[in-house]
Amino acid sequence: MPLFDQLYNFAHWLTQNREEAEDLVQETYAKALKGFSSFQLGTNFRAWMYRILRNTFLTSRTGLRAAATVPLDSEEDGPELAIEDETPETILMKRTDSELVQNAIDDLPVHHREILLLCEVEEMSYQEIAETLSIPIGTVMSRLSRARKTLRDSLRPQFQNG
Amino acid sequence: MVCERWKEKLDTYLDNELTEEEMRTFDAHVRSCSSCSADALARVQMKRTVQVAGKRFTPSADFRRRMQQSIAAKPRRSFRLGWMLAAAATAAILVAGALTSTYLGNRSGRDHVYSEIADLHVATLASSSPVDVISTDRHTVKPWFQGKIPFAFNLPELQNSEFSLQGGRMAYLDQTPGAQLIYDVRKHHISVFVFQERSLQTGLDENSLSPKKVPYNMETWSQGGLRYFVIGDASAADIDSIAKLFKATGS
Repeated sequence: MPLFDQLYNFAHWLTQNREEAEDLVQETYAKALKGFSSFQLGTNFRAWMYRILRNTFLTSRTGLRAAATVPLDSEEDGPELAIEDETPETILMKRTDSELVQNAIDDLPVHHREILLLCEVEEMSYQEIAETLSIPIGTVMSRLSRARKTLRDSLRPQFQNG
Repeated sequence: MVCERWKEKLDTYLDNELTEEEMRTFDAHVRSCSSCSADALARVQMKRTVQVAGKRFTPSADFRRRMQQSIAAKPRRSFRLGWMLAAAATAAILVAGALTSTYLGNRSGRDHVYSEIADLHVATLASSSPVDVISTDRHTVKPWFQGKIPFAFNLPELQNSEFSLQGGRMAYLDQTPGAQLIYDVRKHHISVFVFQERSLQTGLDENSLSPKKVPYNMETWSQGGLRYFVIGDASAADIDSIAKLFKATGS
């Protein structure tokens, strides 16, 4: 099964629940196999698979709730500027507690969580992310920037304390 | 702030999404600017941290097995089956196409040869000089072909048979020279053609059956690298008899 482990990881991040993640992956493969004829050769297979998974998630009960409870912040104001009060010391995490970061990612709104994972974990290009999320590349950049800022903001006090 | 413009694009730079030229410019700047290099270092650290932390969940062995058995197994089998069917269908079409074209090619080749032979036979009979070497003696006719055709062949002894040799002439089939021998049997004229098998591009089998479209009795066979045709308005039995005489001589 292509992308099985990656898709499962992504599904679990989205659903935050093992059983739901399994259901989501199962449904994704079923849809992919059924709709394989709609996949155009030469286009990105990975982006196509992730798109199916994500769309399936967004229409699920958990997905609807996750999307509804998170107000989408404005993405029209372009890439985020440098954070003035951010010093290298505050964000340089040499001995990072992975669990701390995992919790911080978990706490991110779903739109930030998914784009961050697609970029950093799946190492997708902006173009691939745009295809997966069905958004323009400009939005990819601004949303990614916001996701990173939110994560940094949530981690800073903890690292400062630790 | 001087670096504001750079920091705006720092993430894009670290995501390797700038153009090649921008990347080079950025490289040069980051190397010379302590603020930007420190920021870049921190962000790279952050990227790596998220990358490691993000690879968090792995499917259970049980789920993997269930997936392979249920979702994966069935659709993939039908998937594979579909592909196999499609491949088989394609292969069948190709094979059928190849066979048909070969068959048609052979058939058209055969038909072509048969009608050519029939034409040669008819033209000979219509000619005012049907034979170039007029002789009933096979020992006269056979040497006459020497130097005229690129092969040698044997003529049967006709004593005690109803056939009589009338003579021989040159014949051409597929631009290939060959021998044509005229025999008579009870006022019927029979032509026997001998050609080199490898010179003919006719697609004839070892022993091709008599064609049905030619308005003559005809028999053809291959022997010792030579292709023989016997044609005439004599009975099929007569054609067969002289064919047998030639076959006996040639072997």
